Amino acid sequence: MDQSKLVVSPSPHILAKFTTQKIMLAVIIALVPTLVASAIIFGWQVLLLTGVTVGACVGFEALYCLIMKKPIPVGDLSAIVTGLILAFNLPPAFPLWMAIIGAFVSIVVVKQLFGGLGFNFANPALVGRIVLQLSFTGAMIGYTYPASIGGADALASATPLLAGQSTQVPMIDLLLGTHGGVLGETCALALILGGLLLIFGKVISPVIPVVYIGGVYVFKLLLGLGAGGALGLVAWDSLAYILSGGLLLGAIFMATDYVTSPYTRKGKVVFGLLLAILTVAMREWSNMLEGVSYAILLGNLLVPFINVLTRQRPLGVKKRAKEQDAGKGAA
Amino acid sequence: MKKILRTLGRGVHAPHHKNTAALQTVTMPLPEKLYLVMQQSIGAPCLPTVKKGDTVDVGTVVGKAQGFVGADIHSGASGKVLGIEKLLNPAGAFVDAVVIEPDGQQTIDPAVLPPAVRDRESFLAAVRACGLVGLGGAGFPTAVKLSPKDPDAIHTLIINAAECEPYITADDREMLECGDSVLSGIAAVQKYLNIPKAVVAIERNKPEATELMFSLTKGDAAVSVFPLPANYPQGAEKVLIQTVTGREVPDAGGLPADVGVLVLNVTTVSAIGKYLATGMPLMTKRLTVDGGAVAEPRNVEVVIGTPIADVLEFCGGLKGQPEKIVLGGPMMGTAMADTSYPTVKANNAILALTKKQTQLSLPGPCIRCARCIMACPVNLSPIELTEAYEKEDLELLGKLHADVCMGCGVCSYVCPAKRLLSPGTTLARQFYLKGVKK
Repeated sequence: MDQSKLVVSPSPHILAKFTTQKIMLAVIIALVPTLVASAIIFGWQVLLLTGVTVGACVGFEALYCLIMKKPIPVGDLSAIVTGLILAFNLPPAFPLWMAIIGAFVSIVVVKQLFGGLGFNFANPALVGRIVLQLSFTGAMIGYTYPASIGGADALASATPLLAGQSTQVPMIDLLLGTHGGVLGETCALALILGGLLLIFGKVISPVIPVVYIGGVYVFKLLLGLGAGGALGLVAWDSLAYILSGGLLLGAIFMATDYVTSPYTRKGKVVFGLLLAILTVAMREWSNMLEGVSYAILLGNLLVPFINVLTRQRPLGVKKRAKEQDAGKGAA
Repeated sequence: MKKILRTLGRGVHAPHHKNTAALQTVTMPLPEKLYLVMQQSIGAPCLPTVKKGDTVDVGTVVGKAQGFVGADIHSGASGKVLGIEKLLNPAGAFVDAVVIEPDGQQTIDPAVLPPAVRDRESFLAAVRACGLVGLGGAGFPTAVKLSPKDPDAIHTLIINAAECEPYITADDREMLECGDSVLSGIAAVQKYLNIPKAVVAIERNKPEATELMFSLTKGDAAVSVFPLPANYPQGAEKVLIQTVTGREVPDAGGLPADVGVLVLNVTTVSAIGKYLATGMPLMTKRLTVDGGAVAEPRNVEVVIGTPIADVLEFCGGLKGQPEKIVLGGPMMGTAMADTSYPTVKANNAILALTKKQTQLSLPGPCIRCARCIMACPVNLSPIELTEAYEKEDLELLGKLHADVCMGCGVCSYVCPAKRLLSPGTTLARQFYLKGVKK
C-alpha cells in the first residue's frame, strides 16, 4: 500500500448512488408516455416540434456557457427536460421559429441569466410558455384537432375549457387525449402514468400533485354545489374539469419542479392549495380560459416565503419553547 | 399508532454491508509495540505515570486522568516502557503516547482484583477505576455519564445496540459472544443507580442477537428488548431516545437525563459486567475490519494501542491500493493519512475502502430537491444551513437551530448533486456556537 495515495476527506465516506443526472433521466422517461400518446393523437409533427425545442434548449445552454466561459452543463440533462416540457405546452402545429424563441426565453433568460440549474426563480418552460402566449396569442391557441377523430364533430370541439363546459367532451376522450389542446396536456392516462413513475421511483413527492389536483376538484365541486347542482352531476362534471386543460401536466411535471417548489411537506401542502385556489379562481372568474400556468408562476414566486414559513421543527426545539412559554404563563 | 409512526424512522436506508456479522471474533496476538495515546476520551489528556525504562504489567495504569471528565489508561501488555513519543492524531494535533514493548509474559498486575462494590459510590468508583469510556464511538467517560445531576430522576436505562453504521458488527458480536456480561452489566447499573426499567434497543438487521437478547431477558420484568428500524442514524442518542420513549431531548445543551433516560452502548455495559467479575480494566477492544481492500474481513479483538497497520496485516493484509482507510464507520468515521497510528478505546472498526466503495465526485449545483431536509434525522435544513454559513449570517443560523446538528452525514449521503453538506453543517454549527459565545 502506498500511504501517500490515501485520500483524507471529511465523512461521510460513502454516498448514495442517486445523482442529478439520474433524476433528470427519470423525468425524461416519465415524459415519454405523453410524447408517444401525443404523436399518435396529433401526428408526426409533434415529434418534429419536440425535437426542435429540445435541440434549441440544449443548443442555447451550450452556446451561452461557451460564450460566458462556463463549464458546459449539458450532461446533467436538465435542458432536455426543459425542452420536452416546453414542447408539451405548445399546440401541435405551432410554428418552429416561435418555438425556438420560447426555448431562448426558457434557457437563457429564465435559467442561465439567473445562475443556471438550481437558481431559476420560476420554472423555465413555464415562463417560456407564458412569453409565447403573450407574444403569439393566435398561434398559441390555434389548436389542431386530433387526426384520429377527423370529421365535422371533431372540428367543432376545441380545448374542453374553450368549449365552455368540459362535460361536452366525453370522459373517454379526456382520458385518451383525443380532443383539442396543447400537445402534452390532452392524454390524461399518459400523464398519470408518468406521474406514477416519478412517485414510485421516488423522484418526486406525491404531495404537490395530490393536493393541487385534489384541491381543484374540491373547489370546483363546492362551486357547483353552491350553484345548486345535483351532487352526482357536479361530481362527474368536476372530474371532467380536472382532466381538462393543462392541470395534470402542470400539477405533475411543472409544479413539482424542485427548484421552484417548497422544501418541506408542510410547504408543499400550502403550495398545492395555493395553486388550486389560484387555478380555480382564474378559470372561473378571469377572462382567461386556463389558469394553470399563471397559478404556478405566482406560486413559484412565493416559494421563498413559503419555505421560510414552513420550516420543520428540529428535534427537541419546540418542547423547550413550550416549557418556557408555560413557565412564562405561570409567572 | 404513534409508536408505529415513530419506529418508521427518518434518516436513510444505506446499504448495511454487515459482512462480518456471522464471523466469530478472533483474538489478535500482541504487536511488537503498543502505543497508548494519552487522549482517548473527551476531557483533558491523561498524564503519563510511567517513564522510559519502567516495567509494566497487564492492567498497570500508565496514564492518569486529569480532572472529573477523563478516564485512566491501562497497559494491555506486560513489558518495558520504551519512552513517551509525540504522535500526530487524526485531528491534526500532537498527543503524547506511552510506547510499550511487550515481553510476551502477560504478567498480571497484582493490583488487578475484582472490585468490592456495595453501593452507588463504590460502583461509580469501580467504573472510574476500570478506565471505561463510551465504546460506541463517542468515547465519553462512562463514570461521568453514570453521574447525572439528579440520579433519582432517571427511570429508563436504554442499551444502545442499534449499531446503525454500515459494515460494523462489533456490538452485534458482543451480544452474541458475551450476552451474559451484557445482562450482568445491565443488572449492576440498574441495581446501583436504582433505575427501574432497562430497554435493549437493537436494529432489526440483527435478528440473531435480537432473538438471543429476547431469550436471555425472558421472565425478567425489569429488562425488555426493543427492535429498532434499520435506518441510519438510529443509534444517535437523541434519535434513539425519541424512537424508544417518544420523548425529545431538549436542544441547546439538553441531556438524556432531562427526559429521565440514561443511554449506554451495549459493549460499554458489557465491559462493566466483565470488570465487576474479573477486575480486568478496559485494555482490549473488538474491531470490525472490513472493506473491499481487506483480504480477510473479520472481527478482531485487539489490545488497545495496537497500530492500525498491524491490525490490517493480521487480517491478511491489503489487496490492492485502498482509496481510504477509515477509523470507525463509513458515515462518521475518520479517514486516516497514516496507518501507523494506534487504535484507541472508542474505536470499533477499521475499514479499507476501495475507490469503488468510497466514490468521490465533484459537487454540482444544488437542485433544491430537499432530500437532505427530508432525510435529516433531527429535522434540520442542511441546504439553508450551509448557505447561511457561507453568508456568515449568525441570526439566520440561530433561526435554523444550527446547534442541533450532530454531524451524522445523512445530508451528504443523500445529496444527488454530491454537495459537501455534512461538512458544511458541521462548520455552520461551530461558527454559530462560537458566535453566540461572543
